[in-house]
Amino acid sequence: MIRKIIMVLGAFVIFLLQNCVFTQFNTGGIVPNLILLITGIYGFMHGEKAGLIAGFLLGLGFDIFYGDIIGLHALIFMYIGYINGKFCGIYYPEDIKLPLLLIFLSNISCGVLDYIFGYLIRGRLHFSYYFAHIILPEMLYTMLITIIIYPIIVLIYNAFEKREVRKEA
Amino acid sequence: MSPVVKPKKEKFTFPGKYLLLIFSILSIALMVVTYGTTAFDGPFNTAVGYVVVPFEKGIGRLGEWLSNRSEEFTDVKRLLAENEELKNEINKLTEENAILSQERYELNSLRTLFELSNEYDSYNKVGARIIAKDSGNWFSSFIIDKGTNDGLQVDMNVISGGGLVGCITGIGPNWARVKAIVSDKNFVSGQVLSTGETLFVEGDLELLNSNIISFSMLEDENDAVVVGDKVVTSKISDKYLPGILIGFIQYIENDNNNLTKSGYITPAVDFEHMSEVLVITDMKNNDYE
Repeated sequence: MIRKIIMVLGAFVIFLLQNCVFTQFNTGGIVPNLILLITGIYGFMHGEKAGLIAGFLLGLGFDIFYGDIIGLHALIFMYIGYINGKFCGIYYPEDIKLPLLLIFLSNISCGVLDYIFGYLIRGRLHFSYYFAHIILPEMLYTMLITIIIYPIIVLIYNAFEKREVRKEA
Repeated sequence: MSPVVKPKKEKFTFPGKYLLLIFSILSIALMVVTYGTTAFDGPFNTAVGYVVVPFEKGIGRLGEWLSNRSEEFTDVKRLLAENEELKNEINKLTEENAILSQERYELNSLRTLFELSNEYDSYNKVGARIIAKDSGNWFSSFIIDKGTNDGLQVDMNVISGGGLVGCITGIGPNWARVKAIVSDKNFVSGQVLSTGETLFVEGDLELLNSNIISFSMLEDENDAVVVGDKVVTSKISDKYLPGILIGFIQYIENDNNNLTKSGYITPAVDFEHMSEVLVITDMKNNDYE
């Protein structure tokens, strides 16, 4: 129970960080996609359902504040969380390679989907520009943040794991 | 102990794929509903306003403070050098000032002819602070800390530093979303001040980093519009009040059809370093509806 509360609080803090803090520290106008990062992490750490719910709620929050159509990002993030959750079985906290790979793929697909729904359908065909100037930098920045944030999350996770084991014993 | 072990009552779990299906249908339904109507804007915006916005206000201020401090550190050295330069410049400028103050009398008389600045000052304005910026890289909008409680409404114009910033596109009781004119998907009907020709100002993500916006559909048969001309919002715009400064023409080229021209405008507002904005509470009169 405590872990669930911590997870919700964690997601909430990340959402605020994304909106208020990282937009102030943007590099070259690019902001890392922390919402996607936390969705992915909850997905492969806790399974499909956690990723799915986290993605849906965070995406919904994003849509209410910034989206023109409510539900689009909720849908995209939800599927990303769900697919990340499929890898829960082969995931080990000590190994950072799989999380990095998953975040990398999630970010690329999220960027491409954003481009398709936001730009391509309005006839903006210059995909290479958007890829080089937005999708790629955002992806690299998010990967960098993953390397920093991921060990911290594993640390918190382990601390709670230990506490719960002690309680049960 | 009996050989038949009574199975432990299993905890009821809901399979992930059904949850996925339910949420998918839910979000598609939301998309369909919000595409055409604004039915959900009220309850959603109110709920979010009470849950998230108070935190955003605090963090926004903290983040702004931190980013100001970090800028200060890097700036100190540069500022010292600049200070020296500026002192020299002051001497030069005081001389120039004397000449300019003479010209001001002339300007004042011209202004009364123009009537534009008067109109600009007479709008009622409310100050607001930016508490959060758009968290993605695909559009540029931001959240301000005033909403319907302070008398704001959707479609009200937002200015900063004398130039047009954008207009309110979403609102809650204590927050409002402002879509910037530099944002992709944003269109403003503008007018060249010197000639009165109308043009179409359009944000473009590809130009966002260079801090310019593009314009098109300028009809200018006599080549009267030149680089540096002021562009203001036009009288025919449906949302924007007339006569608000958008920016200055930076580049003009002929379109392929040889009838219209297009090019780039440098906005009057520095979108990168905005922290406070003014919301004009007067609305464009839409009596014709």
